[in-house]
Amino acid sequence: MDFGLTEEQELFRKTVRDFAEAEIAPRAAELDEKGEFPYDIVSKMAELGLLGLPIPEEYGGCGADMVTYCIGIEEISRVSASLGITMAAHTSLGCMPIYLFGNEEQKRKWLVPLARGEMLGSFGLTEPEAGSDARATKTTAVLDGDEWVINGTKVFITNSGTRISGVVTITAVTGENEKGKEISNIIIPHGTPGLEIAPPYRKMGWRYSDTRELSFVDCRVPKENLLGERGGGLRAFLRVLDCGRIGVAALSVGLAQACLEESVKYAKERVQFGEPIGKKQGVSFKCADMYMEVELARLATYKAAWVADQGRRYTREASIAKLFASETAMRAASAAVQIHGGYGYIEDYPVCRYFRDAKILEIGEGTSEIQRLVLTRHLGL
Amino acid sequence: MNIVVCVKQVPDTSDPDTEVHIDSTGRGVDQSKFSFVINEADNYGVEEAILLKEKHGGEVVIVSIGPEAANQVIRMALAKGGDRAIRLEDEAFAFSDVYATAKILQSAIKDIEFDVVMTGCMASDDGYAATGQTLAQLLGVPHAAYVKSVEVIDEKTLKVGRELEGGLLEMSEIKMPCVLTIQTGINEPRYASFKGIREASKKEIKIMDLAATGLSSDEVGENGSLSVLKGYSMPEVGELAEILEGDASETSTKLATILKEKGLV
Repeated sequence: MDFGLTEEQELFRKTVRDFAEAEIAPRAAELDEKGEFPYDIVSKMAELGLLGLPIPEEYGGCGADMVTYCIGIEEISRVSASLGITMAAHTSLGCMPIYLFGNEEQKRKWLVPLARGEMLGSFGLTEPEAGSDARATKTTAVLDGDEWVINGTKVFITNSGTRISGVVTITAVTGENEKGKEISNIIIPHGTPGLEIAPPYRKMGWRYSDTRELSFVDCRVPKENLLGERGGGLRAFLRVLDCGRIGVAALSVGLAQACLEESVKYAKERVQFGEPIGKKQGVSFKCADMYMEVELARLATYKAAWVADQGRRYTREASIAKLFASETAMRAASAAVQIHGGYGYIEDYPVCRYFRDAKILEIGEGTSEIQRLVLTRHLGL
Repeated sequence: MNIVVCVKQVPDTSDPDTEVHIDSTGRGVDQSKFSFVINEADNYGVEEAILLKEKHGGEVVIVSIGPEAANQVIRMALAKGGDRAIRLEDEAFAFSDVYATAKILQSAIKDIEFDVVMTGCMASDDGYAATGQTLAQLLGVPHAAYVKSVEVIDEKTLKVGRELEGGLLEMSEIKMPCVLTIQTGINEPRYASFKGIREASKKEIKIMDLAATGLSSDEVGENGSLSVLKGYSMPEVGELAEILEGDASETSTKLATILKEKGLV
């Protein structure tokens, strides 16, 4: 058993940290306030290889392991949750479905530019009436000659409306089978007539990531855009979500780490009753708890990534990591604001933003409740 | 165009936890809690060398004196585009001054067919700002210090701009082979990409100890130095502080005047 990182992973962490601190941190507050998608930073992230880490080199990616992928998301998210989710959603949800289930032609056509970071990808699962209950999908795809005709609405789709958004993979009902609805995955290129992209949502946090509602109105794509087997959509997205959950877990670790660092810094600086507040156990114990939980969240996340790197199914580990890390991030953000007192409630201090960025971690990629449901099933309950 | 870049691992002074404490010998600083980075000016040297290589071809060799932990700084330079590296390590190298340090570097560089040797113009820890110049002397080649621009004129000649007071650029031509000490700001150092990092792990870092340098123990360390480090002392606190008094507009005017007088803005 070896908990150490390789020299390659350590160097990668350092380079991403340097990049995030120099190129993102000075602009994070302003970007958040304006809600502007930073194309220039995303383009630099692509140059570093951050938009295709776990995709093999032959398909335009880096061929990195999942642990390295987590380190990358963690370090970006330590400075910017918005860019953390941009990177994680693009990779886990944009690239992975095509990598895992695409045929060679689909990989050449879509995965290569995605993994190189030349375009952003997204995944459309959630609908107005199909959230946790993903099987309730109402979007339909009907085969008309050589084309799928798609009608329906997808909500909360990350990376779906930027200038560089290239492709969205959606789940759609393609018919009926013995189990009821036959759900399949279909690749929809941006620019396809009938794909309508709504203005960005006004979100509580993750404010300079791009999240939108997509509508499909008689949207026609070629028959070959079916991704994976017809009717295999549900099974496929569950595997995609495993990867997505590792991504959100890593994002949570990075955000929680930032909360810890800001809290310790402030606890050393802020003097009340004649001494730094960090000398008071009411504050220092909060920091100690945060320290412990961040470390445990990181361990759970890397463990899940490690299991994935062994080529085994990691549904259980990804769920544990996502649940624990996201709730750790929320607790850490709450404690960080508490430690900062009134200053934590104003945007002059980054913990205010961290708090707003944290809540969604307990919701996206399967809510905390859904994660507990997954775990109860593993327990046979 | 073959370029050697000398790099040094130094304490990360941007790290808020980097507090300087003199160690028990009095001749060193307690480094146990430091995190280390590449010396800032050296980082610009690495970038300049890689830019020249990308334009004119050739090889970039990274040379560093330091412990095994310095491998991280070296690997990063390789990840950005350096081709191979030499790391010099021996207990006998401790307490080398500028002259002894330059001799150690020269021992590794003399067998390389180089066109240019680059060093940072100054190390952020000891601040001698003389290693490059001394090295040039030992290698028997010309040098230019505080170089802020480099242009290749022909196979034998470089046009270099040296940064003088107030940002004035002094342009001159220098024959190769030569040594350039690189000023910060000459370029925009890149970040290593993941692929670069992966390739760097396959590149050679050759280790040279005292025996491999061909130097004797009398030529390095304290014995081989012209100046000997005697000790450190912490600055006295408080006496030079000037407290500005008055309301905000008065104090800000006074502060602006002082900063301007001192040439800080």
